[in-house]
Amino acid sequence: MTATPPSRRRALRRVFALAGGAALVRSGVAQPATEPRVIEMTAHRFAYEPNEIALRAGERVVIAIRSLDFVHGMNIPDLGMRLDLVPGRVTRLELQPKVPGTIDFVCDNFCGDGHEEMHGRFIVSA
Amino acid sequence: MQRRDFLALTALGGGAVFASGLAGCASRADGMAGAGNSDFYFVQLSDTHWGYQGPANPDAAVTLRKAVAAVNALPAPPEFVVFTGDLTHTTDDPVERRRRLAEFKSIVADLKVKTVRFMPGEHDASLDRGAAYKEYFGETFYTFDHKGVHFIAVDNVSDPGAKIGDEQLAWLRADLAKLDKQAPIVVLTHRPLFDLAPKWDWATRDGAQAIELLMPFANVTVFYGHIHQEHHQMTGHIAHHSAKSLIFALPAPGSQPNRTPLPWDASAPYKGLGFREIEAEDAGRALKVTELPVVRA
Repeated sequence: MTATPPSRRRALRRVFALAGGAALVRSGVAQPATEPRVIEMTAHRFAYEPNEIALRAGERVVIAIRSLDFVHGMNIPDLGMRLDLVPGRVTRLELQPKVPGTIDFVCDNFCGDGHEEMHGRFIVSA
Repeated sequence: MQRRDFLALTALGGGAVFASGLAGCASRADGMAGAGNSDFYFVQLSDTHWGYQGPANPDAAVTLRKAVAAVNALPAPPEFVVFTGDLTHTTDDPVERRRRLAEFKSIVADLKVKTVRFMPGEHDASLDRGAAYKEYFGETFYTFDHKGVHFIAVDNVSDPGAKIGDEQLAWLRADLAKLDKQAPIVVLTHRPLFDLAPKWDWATRDGAQAIELLMPFANVTVFYGHIHQEHHQMTGHIAHHSAKSLIFALPAPGSQPNRTPLPWDASAPYKGLGFREIEAEDAGRALKVTELPVVRA
C-alpha cells in the first residue's frame, strides 16, 4: 500500500469518521472469532469482475483479487488506500464498512486502451 | 497591431482570457542566464490522441491538421509551441505505436514555428515506459529557459502508476536549487500534479512531492493536459491550468459517475476542443492565458 501524505491522512480520517468505514489489507489485523466472508474478484484488461459488490454495514469481508494479465491498480480514494494487483498472486483486501453508502474503486495503473473504463464500487446496505 | 491588442480582440471574439500567477517578480530577471525583458507568447496544445477512432470524434483523421492550420493562421507566430502529452492514442502494438508517433511528428512538422517542444502522455508512454516516445522525441523530462522564464517539463506518465519517481524528483530538486526564489517558473506536465479527481485517475501519485519542492518559489504556474478540458485551480500560491483536448472533451471532474467522453455534437463540430496561448509579459511578471477554438464559428 502506498504511503499517504500527512495532509491526506488527516482528510481521510475525516472521511472515515463520516463514513464509519474500516478497511485493512492483509497483515496486522487481530483475528476475530468469526471468519470474514471471502469474495473472489478478478482483474483483467479492462474490468474488475464483479465490478459491483454488495456488502452489509458492519460485515467483515475479504476481497480476494487475482489479476489475470497486468499489474492493475486498485485505488479506493474514499478509504485512502491503493493496491497493486500482481498477476500470479492473490491480493487480499479486508473491509468492514460501518454505514451504508457507495465506495468507488478505480484502476490507477495505466493498462491500455480501455483503462479509463476499469472501475467498480462497493455498495453498502444497512 | 500590438500583441496586447490582438489578445483583446480574441477575447472579444470568443476566446476566454485567464490572467495567471507570476505576479510580483519584477526584480527577478537579473540573476538568470539569458534573461531578457521582452514579452513573448507560446502556444499549448494537448491530448491530440493521433490514431483514435471512435464516435466521440468522427473527424479524428483531420482534427490535428486543422489545429496545425489554426496555429499557423495566428496573426503573430508564437515563439514556441508545446504539446503536453497524449500525442497519440494508445495501442498494444509496438509497431503501430511507432507508426502513430511518426505520423504525428510528420503532421506537426507543418507548424510554422521555429521551436516545438513535446511531452508524453500515458497513452504515448505508459505501456513501454517511454521507449518508443524517446525514439521520436527524446527525453521525457527536461528544462529550458526562454526570455527569463524557467520552464520545467515533468514526466508523470512513463511510470504506468502515474508517478514522477524518486530519480526525477531528485533531478527536480537539484534543478530548483539553482534558481532564485523569485524566479518565474512554468511547469509543463501531463497529469494534474494535485489530486483533482482520484476516482477518475486524475492525479499524480507523488505529485504532492513535486508541489512541495515548488512551494518555496514565489512565481510558479503549471500547465497540463490529461483531463480534456479547461480547468483552473490553486494549490497555495501555485496556479494549475489544464488545457482542452484536440480529440474529444471529457466531463467536468466528478460531474457524472464515469469519465466517458462527451458526445460529438454534429451541430457544433469541435465544440469543447481547442488550444491556448500563454503570453508572458515583462519577463514573466504575469501570464495571460487565452483559449482558442480549433475552428472559428
